Amino acid sequence: MAPKMCALCGTSRAFIVRPKNQQKLCKECFTTAFETEIHNTIIANSLFVPGERVAIGASGGKDSTVLASVLKTLNERYSYRLNLVLLSIDEGIKGYRDDSLETVKRNAVQYQMPLEIVGYDKLYGWTMDQVVDQIGKKGNCTYCGVFRRQALDRGAAGLGIRHVVTGHNADDIAETVMMNLLRGDLPRLARATSIVTASPASDIKRSKPLKYAYEKEIVLYAHHKRLDYFTTECIYSPEAFRGSARTLIKSLERIRPSAILDVVRSGEDMARLVPDEVSGGARPNKDILVVEGEAEIGGGCGSANGRSSGGEMADMEKQLLDIEHAQGNEIDIALRGQKHDRNCRNTNRMPKKLHKQQMGKCKRCGYLSSQDICKACMLLEGLNKNKPKQQIEVSVEEADSPTLTRRMEGLKVIPVHQT
Amino acid sequence: MDTDSKSAQGLPIVVEFSGGLELLFSNQRKHKLSLPSRDGKGHATNMAYLVRYLCDNLMSDARQDMFVVDDTVRPGVLVLINDADWELEGEHQYELKKNDNVLFVSTLHGG
Repeated sequence: MAPKMCALCGTSRAFIVRPKNQQKLCKECFTTAFETEIHNTIIANSLFVPGERVAIGASGGKDSTVLASVLKTLNERYSYRLNLVLLSIDEGIKGYRDDSLETVKRNAVQYQMPLEIVGYDKLYGWTMDQVVDQIGKKGNCTYCGVFRRQALDRGAAGLGIRHVVTGHNADDIAETVMMNLLRGDLPRLARATSIVTASPASDIKRSKPLKYAYEKEIVLYAHHKRLDYFTTECIYSPEAFRGSARTLIKSLERIRPSAILDVVRSGEDMARLVPDEVSGGARPNKDILVVEGEAEIGGGCGSANGRSSGGEMADMEKQLLDIEHAQGNEIDIALRGQKHDRNCRNTNRMPKKLHKQQMGKCKRCGYLSSQDICKACMLLEGLNKNKPKQQIEVSVEEADSPTLTRRMEGLKVIPVHQT
Repeated sequence: MDTDSKSAQGLPIVVEFSGGLELLFSNQRKHKLSLPSRDGKGHATNMAYLVRYLCDNLMSDARQDMFVVDDTVRPGVLVLINDADWELEGEHQYELKKNDNVLFVSTLHGG
């Protein structure tokens, strides 16, 4: 079989079939196309302002390593005049994060970027290893997620930086769209599709420059550029539901490679149908609901696992049971001008009036919070009392993001009805 | 006979695993293998044969479904033959040649 030639230059041997359009490209043309498309995403969405200091959330994994490499390249090529810093979180997981942090340290040298590492131990007095020792392997992702979000913000704030970029890619977003669709969580779906998220819980902006980049292309880019990245799975409880969504997305990609970007676009279209006051975060200058705790999209925590065979149905059933428990806490979204059938039939579920978030400071740690005590402090209190499965009151503001509550296995949820 | 002598010689190739797949193969990234140049039915050794061969002979971990699902490489695992996407080379039907390099990269792990 004669080697297939590059569709753009016609002179070199093709090395990749691009999933989004089946175009066959050589290494050089692919690299240029990949970088240029990310540049176009950055420009089209005005992600950066000249002179801005930007922290790259760096885990040492493929996505954040590619993000750092591409941003460095583009910053020089197009004179963004960005001041780029690597920001890593040390969750305190031996045999996982300590190894990947070594990769980030090498990246800092390779890309000549300063590196800041923020540890859960210093910030919270607990490493994830200690948390898991206490609460077990189930449900610890909740702690890790709540802690990480605040840790990234605090890390950035400590550096005087107000913009954190993360390596979430198109596959991660498609996966999150599917998950939120499957659990009927439109507000979260809307937030996850947004390329920039601002949250009143933080004055730090988050953005996802790799939002439209296929994971396949990220991996091949890293391979071709011989980037130094780390691969391993978080050793603690993978999320079965995310794993299933991921498997579904990857299986769809095999049959119809454009499906991933199509799901991302569908997610964006659906997000536009979600009323602003429900979706929160995504739109500036609107009443914003808090996006606290778990990141809107969980792909970056490394628990996006591929292993999803045995016991998955059992896990799923369990999760569904948990969801039933949390049902009283659920909120229906009635789209403007439309009757929502579920409201009529199901008297358990009262449509609740949504409030503008009142932001204040956590009375314990002084961090921005919509509650008297921020979620991280509430979790910490449970840990410190040696009694993690405490009751946590969930207010209406949070009810638009029931995921956190649902995940907290064994927790009794007390919805607080506000009028 | 020409074909017989070829088959006796074997087919030396290099197989590499990355992106976490190496964990399934004795945590070793690079493996030098010698495959028979014809399969049991007398057909030239192709990628389908290699994938089966790796599961049967080289995998040190019981979690076969991390690598293969429904008799094919699991969706989310990229395959490069001599550094080119195997989609360019006919995937399972690609007939292996002497000193080919086959790389399996998992994209399924955290980043």
